[in-house]
Amino acid sequence: MPIMSYIQAITLALREEMLRDDKVFILGEDVGKKGGVFRATDGLYDEFGEYRVLDTPLAESAIAGVGIGAAMYGMRPVAEMQFADFILPAVNQIISEAAKTRYRSNNDWSVPITIRAPYGGGVHGALYHSQSVEAIFANQPGLKIVMPSGPYDAKGLLKAAIRDNDPVLFFEHKRAYRLLKEEVPDDDYVLPIGKADIKREGTDITVITYGLCVHFALQAAEKLAEEGISTHILDLRTVYPLDKESIIKAASKTGKVLLITEDNLEGSIIGEVAAIIAENCLFDLDAPIMRLAGPDVPAMPYAPTMEKYFMVNPDKCEKAMRELAEF
Amino acid sequence: MANRHTKLGLSDQEVLDIYKSMLLARKVDERMWLLNRSGKIPFTISCQGQEAAQVGASFALNKEKDYVAPYYRDLGIVLSFGMTVRDIMLFAFAKAEDPNSGGRQMPGHFGQKKNRIITGSSPVTTQVPHAVGFALAAKMEKKDFVSFVTLGEGSSNQGDFHEGLNFAGVHKLPVITMVENNQYAISVPLHKQIASKNVSVRSVSYGMEGITVDGNDPLAVYEAVRDARARAIAGEGGTLIEAVSYRFTAHSSDDDDNYREKEEIEQAKKQDAIVLFANYLREEKILTVELEKKMTAEINSIVNEATDYAEEAPYSMPEDTLKYVYED
Repeated sequence: MPIMSYIQAITLALREEMLRDDKVFILGEDVGKKGGVFRATDGLYDEFGEYRVLDTPLAESAIAGVGIGAAMYGMRPVAEMQFADFILPAVNQIISEAAKTRYRSNNDWSVPITIRAPYGGGVHGALYHSQSVEAIFANQPGLKIVMPSGPYDAKGLLKAAIRDNDPVLFFEHKRAYRLLKEEVPDDDYVLPIGKADIKREGTDITVITYGLCVHFALQAAEKLAEEGISTHILDLRTVYPLDKESIIKAASKTGKVLLITEDNLEGSIIGEVAAIIAENCLFDLDAPIMRLAGPDVPAMPYAPTMEKYFMVNPDKCEKAMRELAEF
Repeated sequence: MANRHTKLGLSDQEVLDIYKSMLLARKVDERMWLLNRSGKIPFTISCQGQEAAQVGASFALNKEKDYVAPYYRDLGIVLSFGMTVRDIMLFAFAKAEDPNSGGRQMPGHFGQKKNRIITGSSPVTTQVPHAVGFALAAKMEKKDFVSFVTLGEGSSNQGDFHEGLNFAGVHKLPVITMVENNQYAISVPLHKQIASKNVSVRSVSYGMEGITVDGNDPLAVYEAVRDARARAIAGEGGTLIEAVSYRFTAHSSDDDDNYREKEEIEQAKKQDAIVLFANYLREEKILTVELEKKMTAEINSIVNEATDYAEEAPYSMPEDTLKYVYED
């Protein structure tokens, strides 16, 4: 089985889906000739031509809106937002249109679009190339939000997103693109949207997180294992709508829960995860629910000192996990 | 000497059909105001004053192939594209059988896939990029249809107008955009909406044809849309059409219309396309007294039947609220 980086897995998923279904096409800024600023669409323009890998004008609402129109017609657009931070001009199209089309038309019309965007910090991207934007969309029924934590998941989930008959926001951690490598089958597998995944079995504490933070938590768990602390790690994979059943099961298993996000704390995805646990697991809990997140400042600063202060990392995870284990 | 419609290649029967569609839209619209004012439906929003542009345009499109992305005043378009008066009344009464939304949306938010009427929302102009997306699909799939999208002149200030038309212009996509300039965006008149001499001049920045036509003249609008469609199908890209008329009613049933002079409205009504076009058809001896009587009786009966049916029809079950968030 080939070893692949996160971004190679993304490119492979796109290519496989474009080969499988000629209705699948990519649109976005610099996705064509250049192959994307992160090279996620590398080689696809040469293979599939200018209209399957479409360089659009620099206008995010049109990227989303034109994609939505094409999707309503019956195409399978995969729209790329160059950075998640730049998705905001397209929010009206995503929330007022894509999310509500099936509902408002009483199931007559649907929008099978996938919108990919690199999110997250730790890459010297400062305020506007580092943000996590999932919470903006995470109370919009009609949308699905998928945030894979590693290359294997990225490929299987992206293929599932493209085949999904509803709009899917697909957020890829840009630092994970070349940092994370693992075995990725080159066969046609898909992973279920809406299902969380246990990334490590354990008995003392439970960590529930998603995206790059899964990787940090796994690193911390390795270290804590040497001290005899056994960590159970649940990767949400889909952050909206949440897989309640898996969350309740994972929290109840150890009775001590740490929730981690790279986003600002207040109003983030993990607040809803905490509510689910509080509603369902009160008598199984042995410690207050603990949260580790970015500080409540507008976004991540540029200077390395401040960026490091903002970012979640394996050390911060380890410290919080140990504290929880010792409660 | 050939008359205007013959020169355009329209038969006597076709212009009669255009007139009948305009009249039908007007009569349905008038009925909805009656229903609203008598407390039977909570809301209505009008097409009155814009029927000629809507119907003239629709008759220039291919009703078997083209897709339309209407805005909330486009009763004349959706009726021309196959939505029935009964469908419209079910929508007005918010009944379960409403094909637009199953009673979920306010009236005017049209959508019906079987007739290629693209579902719409209330934030204005979002439909422009959608229509461009349909046109992109036509180009990619090498299909011979066009998309036709409408909006008001105030809406032409939205970013989605610029983003959508620029996209269409760059890729020479078969999309026809018709701005129905009715002089008012709720209370704000045209001169406080745009600084350019008209809306169609904006087409220059999108590298497409732009034309301003008399929106009270269904034949002028027909000609503009027919030519735009021919260019689109020939691969020559989109067209921006501005159809100028006047909004006869208040913005909606919830608007008091106290920001404009009664005289201005009376003056505009002298150009009422329903009256003017009927006069033309009478002069051409196409619309006879007998035919007019028959037409009016037929429309009245359709509107009455539809109203009664919709009023009696059941609402959705309360728990239907939960349906169709995602695919089942």
